[in-house]
Amino acid sequence: MIEALIKIAIVIGGLMTAAAYFVLLERRMAAWVQDRVGPNRVGAPLSQLNKSWKDLRLFGLGQPAADGVKFILKEEYTPAHVDKRLFVLAPISILVAALATFAVIPFGSILPPGLLSDEPIALVISPGAGVGMLVVFALSSIAVYGVILGGWASNNKYSFLGALRSSAQLIAYELPLGLGILGVILATGSLDLDKIISAQAETGWWFAFTQPLGFFVFFVAAFAEAARLPFDLPECEQELIGGYHTEYSGIKLLLFLVAEFLHMIAASFLIVMLFFGGWHFWFITGADANPGWVQAILRVAVLMTKIFLVILFFMLVRWSWPRFRFDQLMAFAWKVMLPLGLINFVAVAAIDQFRTISGNTSPGMDLLCVAVAWVICIVAWVGISFAGPLVADNRPRADLNPFDIDSQI
Amino acid sequence: MKADDPNIKWVEEPKLGLSGKMYAPMFVQGLATTFKHLKNSLQGKAVTVSYPEQEPQFDNPLIYRGVHRLNKDSQGRVKCVACFLCATACPAHCIDIIGIESPWEDREKYPESFTIDELRCIYCGMCEEACPVDAIELTSLYNLTGRSREEMIFDKEKLLSVYDATKDTEPMRSPGMGGAV
Repeated sequence: MIEALIKIAIVIGGLMTAAAYFVLLERRMAAWVQDRVGPNRVGAPLSQLNKSWKDLRLFGLGQPAADGVKFILKEEYTPAHVDKRLFVLAPISILVAALATFAVIPFGSILPPGLLSDEPIALVISPGAGVGMLVVFALSSIAVYGVILGGWASNNKYSFLGALRSSAQLIAYELPLGLGILGVILATGSLDLDKIISAQAETGWWFAFTQPLGFFVFFVAAFAEAARLPFDLPECEQELIGGYHTEYSGIKLLLFLVAEFLHMIAASFLIVMLFFGGWHFWFITGADANPGWVQAILRVAVLMTKIFLVILFFMLVRWSWPRFRFDQLMAFAWKVMLPLGLINFVAVAAIDQFRTISGNTSPGMDLLCVAVAWVICIVAWVGISFAGPLVADNRPRADLNPFDIDSQI
Repeated sequence: MKADDPNIKWVEEPKLGLSGKMYAPMFVQGLATTFKHLKNSLQGKAVTVSYPEQEPQFDNPLIYRGVHRLNKDSQGRVKCVACFLCATACPAHCIDIIGIESPWEDREKYPESFTIDELRCIYCGMCEEACPVDAIELTSLYNLTGRSREEMIFDKEKLLSVYDATKDTEPMRSPGMGGAV
């Protein structure tokens, strides 16, 4: 019980701090990519304590605290035209769903016995939850409710448009997300994230190598589920002024923004654990179920480094790619991601079966399987790009008569 | 306007090549551009000027339009002849001149008071262009601040002191007209 409480405190504390500092990192990254400097001023305001001391800047590390205080002290305005109960419920539900996801997501491997009791401590809040992935999926669908409730309760057409787009997008991309994971589950035979990581650690082949197609599908779908650019149509500042949270201010807006970052962090956790071997790194972390102290700490460090790198990639992508148009977004989900996911699923099953029948477990066989998987990936990618091009000319057509054109518009 | 109007020119979208259709190569291209800028910024090549510590550099301070000054002639007198051309040219009506008879031989009038409301001024530089004796000029002082509206109404003494402060760094623009430099 105490053990679980300590773990909950560590996870929630760590996540909230991480979310705050990722906001700073995101702003600095945005500035760097745009040849600016970014927020680098707020540090330790020592001159407030003693006039003769100088303020410390600390690369702007005080910015998250300043932002938090600003959000909390700001007037929390509730417009008169909103549905008050739902308006309050929406940010709470989205944050709770985002935080609850981390109950089944491990933040390390396992600690050796002797710290609190004679039992080894699994670094996950609910160890041995055999349906971990299902829980993650269920909770990530609840996050859609927060968005829709927010948009509906705001009683504002832009908020509602954002919420509608968001619901369509999140529902559409949940399919490729599931299909991407399906291959991993097929290969490991378990929904437990810990077992999925162990399976990769034992063979040394991360699923990003053995199931490249599944990895691409999951990666893209994870971007869409986290509503990050180029899939940030729920918010798209330029068109919808922030989408579903346009009417929110103060601490409620903060809850929405934190929940968004938590979604991104959760997506990075899942990407790393399902496809980049979680805490595993060759020659450093080992693969046995009962690591020593050095290995246990190294595993946490490796996991955090990988997640950090994936989040950096998230932030870099934000400034590299323009947003999709909505019809392109839907076409991408249904015409590209869905078939690719299905092809991946069939390919993984076929390769797995081929391997079982051959009875060959040599490294050469591993290499062959990986090579086949990559060939399938490239062939499927090229095939899909010619069969279902994303660019659709939806202008009125000149060869139709004016009446038809008017009805098209 | 109907779609079959002869004035409409139909433009076809360019066809996508292989890399465009496959999407990924274009993505790598975009990522490479972003990464290049990220690298440059991390190497300290950001274009931002960290203002209070670092002064902005003007390409040519002589054509920057900042705070006004009233020039003095070689004998240290105000050059202004109170002709009101600057006040007439001013689109913001921020110049207020009271001209009286000049005590000097070389001109008929001079300004008893010459005030510019720096808050009202739009820094267009028309006064500078209108002035026939190059008495009023805009300097490159850009960081103009004050604690009250009254403080920002500059009188003759203040404008002359701006000249004293800037005459070394910014010479008068047409010394041929009897300027101090």
